[in-house]
Amino acid sequence: MTTIQKTLKGLWSLIVGLKVTGKEFCKPWITVHYPRQEVTNLESYRGHIDLVPRPDEPKKPLCIVCKRCEEVCPSGCIRVEGHVPGEQTGEARQLLLISNVPLPNSAARDPICAADKTLRVLDGFTLNYNYCSLCGLCVQCCPVSSLTFSSDVYLAGGSRRDFEYDLLRRLKNRKIKV
Amino acid sequence: MTQLLQLFANPLVYLLVALIAILTFIALNGLILVYVERKVAGFIQRRPGPFEVGPHGLLQPLADALKLVGKQLVVPRDADRILFWAAPLLSFAPVAVCLLPIPFGPHLVGLNVNLGVLLVLAFSGLNVLALCLAGWGSNNKYALLGAARAVAQSVAYEIPLLLSVLCVAFTSGSLNFAEITASQTHGLLSWNVFTQPVAFLIFFVSALAETNRAPFDLPEAESELTAGFHTEYSGMGFGLFFLAEYSYMIVVCAVASVLFLGGWSGPFLSGHWWMLGKIYALILAMMWFRWTYPRVRFDQLLNLCWKWLIPLSLINLMATALIINLVR
Ligand code: SF4
Ligand code: SF4
Repeated sequence: MTTIQKTLKGLWSLIVGLKVTGKEFCKPWITVHYPRQEVTNLESYRGHIDLVPRPDEPKKPLCIVCKRCEEVCPSGCIRVEGHVPGEQTGEARQLLLISNVPLPNSAARDPICAADKTLRVLDGFTLNYNYCSLCGLCVQCCPVSSLTFSSDVYLAGGSRRDFEYDLLRRLKNRKIKV
Repeated sequence: MTQLLQLFANPLVYLLVALIAILTFIALNGLILVYVERKVAGFIQRRPGPFEVGPHGLLQPLADALKLVGKQLVVPRDADRILFWAAPLLSFAPVAVCLLPIPFGPHLVGLNVNLGVLLVLAFSGLNVLALCLAGWGSNNKYALLGAARAVAQSVAYEIPLLLSVLCVAFTSGSLNFAEITASQTHGLLSWNVFTQPVAFLIFFVSALAETNRAPFDLPEAESELTAGFHTEYSGMGFGLFFLAEYSYMIVVCAVASVLFLGGWSGPFLSGHWWMLGKIYALILAMMWFRWTYPRVRFDQLLNLCWKWLIPLSLINLMATALIINLVR
């Protein structure tokens, strides 16, 4: 008896499936004709990572050169380079104290203040997007929220080189929205 | 004019004209069905489908056909050249014969033979051989696996297909398509689908399997076997297999509409429109199935056939025979 019941149930499920696709068939399209139309919700797209500028100085990133993102990236595609002014002369030694660097998720942290306190200067921030798995770990672990996903969907290139980004230069060349 | 008519009355000339007409029909149908299939797939997935070439993408299949014709024909190394090229031809050639005995209208029939049903069944069986040769000749493991699956599947599903056709042959007492249609012209309820609903279902399911359509498209399962038996074919070799697949869809749908849906019979319009309408309705249903159901596993496929369809069709056949005996 159970076999027959099971079979009938299975047959009914086939009809249910047909009903689902039949209904979808009659509904309007949800895709757009790309070159002539574009989607409007690009903000929700998680593209490659990008540096977040300081609110007071849009050409400078919030980054404090802690290199956590470089460490955490499972694909090893981030390179952070920076220096401490006066490091050679020994003037700036105390500025490297760990207590000055905010920890991720530390309460009431002020990223701008952190960037000022650490005084390290970011010289280069490159991303090799070819190997990025878009896991988002770098964005999560940045203590000062200096990383975000860009909404850059229109990526096309003829060579691998085209996807090795200099994010610092990108930030400096970015047009400031008024 | 009379001379021309006399020439036409010559059976050989008539057959030739019918064959040419059928081949034209098949080619046109290939183009139309490719377009319709892609549109149906698109609409079910809520996208427009082909849209760029011509208005609403109407010229897309033509562009595809031109591309296929222009492609280089590549034979894999160590392949059996003769078998490799015989396979697509062997797959496509019987289609024309399969459509010959089918009455598309009261007088629109290529070859009115007594054993039309048998003719179609015999020639459509050749397709399995073609798939087998294609798989063997390609010297490719995926192709060989596809061919093995095709043979197991076709051999298994031919049995319920035949048994359900036999039920219809019993009730109408003939193997001639024209006579089977004539027995269904007394209104809607005389259609065999109402007297033989189980046979119709079994026939349609087996037909899906025989034509290698999803959910029974195991011989060419893209996600497992790249393209199964036609993995190695390029250009028109692939094109012929493709055309054959769509043509067999027409054949099975035409046979299904003659055997079960009254063929060309219907009110108001003339016969051939009804026949075409029925064929395309069945084909649309096949496409709808394809874009709804996931592919079955191989054991499920054979279990369905041997454990359900064959016993069911046997019982159905015996019941039909019994009832016919009692009524007489
Ligand atoms: S984790 Fe943030 S602050 Fe640290 S180096 Fe990377 S981007 Fe800069
Ligand atoms: S998203 Fe993941 S893979 Fe990509 S750069 Fe960040 S940490 Fe590396």
